[in-house]
Amino acid sequence: MNTTQHPDGSNARAAEVAGTQSARQTHTMQQSVEPLLRVKDLVVEFPTRAGKLRALDKISFDIAPGEVLGVVGESGAGKSLTGAAIIGLLEPPGRIAGGEIMLEGQRIDNLDHEAMRHIRGRRIGAIFQDPLTSLNPLYSIGRQLVETIRTHLPMSEKAARSRAIELLQDTGIPAAEQRIDHYPHQFSGGMRQRVVIALALAAEPKLIVADEPTTALDVSIQAQIIALLKKVCKDRGAAVMLITHDMGVIAETCDRVAVMYAGRIAEIGPVHEVINHPAHPYSAGLMAAIPDITIDRENLHQIDGAMPRLHAIPTGCAFNPRCERSMERCVRERPELLAAGPTRAACWLHAADAAT
Amino acid sequence: MALVQADDLAMSFDVSAPWLNRVIERTPRLLLHAVDGVSFEIEKGKTLALVGESGCGKSTVARLLVGLYQPTRGTFHFDGADAHATYQSPAGLPLRRRIQMIFQDPYASLNPRWVVEDIIGEPLTEHGLITDKAALRTRVEGLLESVGLAAQDRIKYPHQFSGGQRQRISIARALATQPEFLVCDEPTSALDVSVQAQVLNIMKDLQRRLGLTYLFISHNLAVVRHVSDQVGVMYLGRLVELADKQELFANPRHPYTRMLLDAIPKMHDTGRARTPVQGEVPNPLSPPTGCAFHPRCPHANARCHEERPKMQMIAGVRIACHAVEENRI
Amino acid sequence: MSRLQRIWNSDVGYSFRTSPVAMGATLVALLCVFFAVFAGWVAPHNPFDLATLDLADARLPPAWTAEGSAKFVLGTDDQGRDILSALMYGARISLAVGFASVILSVIIGVAFGLLAGFLGGWVDAALMRLCDVMLSFPAILVALLIAGVGRAVFPNAPDNLALGVLIVSITLTGWVQYARTVRGSTMVERSKEYVQAARVTGVTSLRIMRRHVLPNVMGPVLVLATIQVATAIITEATLSFLGVGAPPTSPSLGTLIRIGNDYLFSGEWWITIFPGLMLIIIALSVNLLGDWLRDALNPRLR
Repeated sequence: MNTTQHPDGSNARAAEVAGTQSARQTHTMQQSVEPLLRVKDLVVEFPTRAGKLRALDKISFDIAPGEVLGVVGESGAGKSLTGAAIIGLLEPPGRIAGGEIMLEGQRIDNLDHEAMRHIRGRRIGAIFQDPLTSLNPLYSIGRQLVETIRTHLPMSEKAARSRAIELLQDTGIPAAEQRIDHYPHQFSGGMRQRVVIALALAAEPKLIVADEPTTALDVSIQAQIIALLKKVCKDRGAAVMLITHDMGVIAETCDRVAVMYAGRIAEIGPVHEVINHPAHPYSAGLMAAIPDITIDRENLHQIDGAMPRLHAIPTGCAFNPRCERSMERCVRERPELLAAGPTRAACWLHAADAAT
Repeated sequence: MALVQADDLAMSFDVSAPWLNRVIERTPRLLLHAVDGVSFEIEKGKTLALVGESGCGKSTVARLLVGLYQPTRGTFHFDGADAHATYQSPAGLPLRRRIQMIFQDPYASLNPRWVVEDIIGEPLTEHGLITDKAALRTRVEGLLESVGLAAQDRIKYPHQFSGGQRQRISIARALATQPEFLVCDEPTSALDVSVQAQVLNIMKDLQRRLGLTYLFISHNLAVVRHVSDQVGVMYLGRLVELADKQELFANPRHPYTRMLLDAIPKMHDTGRARTPVQGEVPNPLSPPTGCAFHPRCPHANARCHEERPKMQMIAGVRIACHAVEENRI
Repeated sequence: MSRLQRIWNSDVGYSFRTSPVAMGATLVALLCVFFAVFAGWVAPHNPFDLATLDLADARLPPAWTAEGSAKFVLGTDDQGRDILSALMYGARISLAVGFASVILSVIIGVAFGLLAGFLGGWVDAALMRLCDVMLSFPAILVALLIAGVGRAVFPNAPDNLALGVLIVSITLTGWVQYARTVRGSTMVERSKEYVQAARVTGVTSLRIMRRHVLPNVMGPVLVLATIQVATAIITEATLSFLGVGAPPTSPSLGTLIRIGNDYLFSGEWWITIFPGLMLIIIALSVNLLGDWLRDALNPRLR
């Protein structure tokens, strides 16, 4: 089996194998690393007057320590919801209706409010899209940083402050000792996002969930922030779950990527495999539809139709009405994530007994 | 002569504090030079793309061309005639028939209380082009079908459509009066990738069939590569480079263009290390002296600090850069 | 699907169907309106037909007490008028004044708000300063002033004029909140792209205001208007109580309360209490309806 040349090859491979369903049953085998985050058959539902809507329908994936997993999908696919469920910030009336989320072997989806508060920040950090609203405009960033540090780590005020200054320096804020007492509105958009990253890392979490961290920023700033995120997480050995719709960002930052469609995972695998040799027809369509700055094309490939609304998800495979290669089985049965070379795809084309 | 000709277009906004505050606090008038001397031509049937980051003024240029603003300086000639003089005169209405606009936000660009038929039909009734109700209905149905929607969609409300479909309704509305020139302000930026592909394909198809001329505003260089014939790069209200698409992407000359192309995360690259751009876009209210890009430019010298570079034709490419002119890069 | 069916099935319709408060309040309010409108047919007596009055019937307590009579369910006042009938006729005046003043306020307020929000500049500044001035006057004071002036100018005016003056004075202070709300909403809508698209097409400002912006800003106005009906009715009652409102020959609920007030301490409580209760019921039901409407429209706007 070919794995891509990757600096972190061992990690990616181990995580990939550790995530396979069959490996779960025989998990003594090649598993050398216990996954940091394990999501198993996660279901998130929204009760509405039209009945219960399943926004996430049996999502399963793992994140190994120090790995960067990208979660990509279009609007309505459920990627932000997945992040919110993991951090424990699902907006009611949405609720987790099934499955498990395990952080370092401990279940976190069924914790009460207080216990989750301790996990959030200390073991999971969060970065959201809009740096303007992520920071409290009334407090100086130093105060917000120190508050976060002292909530989770036993430190004196002085020690926390010098640690905060260190964090700001690590995230590239110039003149950190002076700027630590400035207010959010005195920073530009890119600088604010750096502060948000510093805040997320303040209590040394093992996992960072970043939901569209660069979408609201200019292109040139995007590049800076992505590079920064990669560097600081690598330095601290923190794993990252990067949620975005931008495949370019994923290609540059992530080790593995999960492609989501209609609340399910369509394909998951090493990032360059999914981009260059997508095994699921949806991923293939998606990659072909993205205009590439390096090549000229007459017409972009388009996937006809649109992602189904939550109350009208087709039976069987959610993508089957739009799929050029759908078979009779696709309408009947929903496929699990099946091995398809180096990646795993939820598609009957890769069933062991499928006629090629 | 080119269909669209812009000469030294400039637009300044007065963003001073209210008069009373200014008197009490003794602060001077504050002018925002959103567009500061932009010149370009677009031939009939071609697409010029304007790219740049936030604050570069590309949206303002779009609004200048459709007559939403009056320029503080410069002219815009459409089909040989001064467009802004025409907009002010009674001949303004016929001119508006020939120039139309597509907006960025599919959710805010359609009136949520109107049915689609009225939305698309409004330009026709407003200009008195079709007065008979049945004829109007037929025309609206035809327009809907030309953008890939169903004829029965005309009785629905905008909220019953997805973002991509709404953008198609916007396109149908823009095409109602059979315009010659379409200004598109980030038409696909708010759409998902697969929907974007559909809309871009439709736009290209319509251009081929109807001989439309486009001004395409975007911050996404990959999309621009796909749709444009010529590309203009803007920075802080000024055009820094204007070239044919192939030339710009193969051989970017201006340091800002190079940095922009370098900064974009690419899907099919093999994770090579890039040097990220330094610094951020300065405050448009107080732009740097001389060349606006010089604080972030690795090739800046003393002349760049003092003298604003003029747009010149160098090797078939229009570029405003001292370093290129002096052959330093 | 007809328009009514669509409304019934919408989110707002669903919220209405499942809210006992909303349905109850609407029912009560509709009942009051029904009795007020059809007072002439539904009321057991006509309290303002002097021919049917008999002083012998004066000051009878309600029917369920010892001295009461079944002919006058809620008792009679000092001139022998049936309280129940007087309530219905009085409600008619109250509701008429309430609705009329609110409708006028809405027309004036929305028009000013649209102009101020859309045109901006000195028009906006001038109108907003006018609002500030109007707000600094309490409604009652304005009403007293106008009523006083009215009486001085037209000393022998017919009673209808008194009602007209009443409506005008309530309107004069009521329009301001509509203007403010609509101005805010208009400023938001003005910057939206569908307005710009209309401008690009060449539609005139006036038509944009009327056809594009107006339908989109009416939501909060509806809520305000509903609640203001209650306020207007109470304001009218206050004015009538003070003597500058509806005249005794066609009394509103407020007038009835005032008349009855004089008899409260001599033990004839029913003359004032029942009009008071009626006022409370109308105001409460309309208020509850307005509250529900605001909540029902809000999440959708979010």
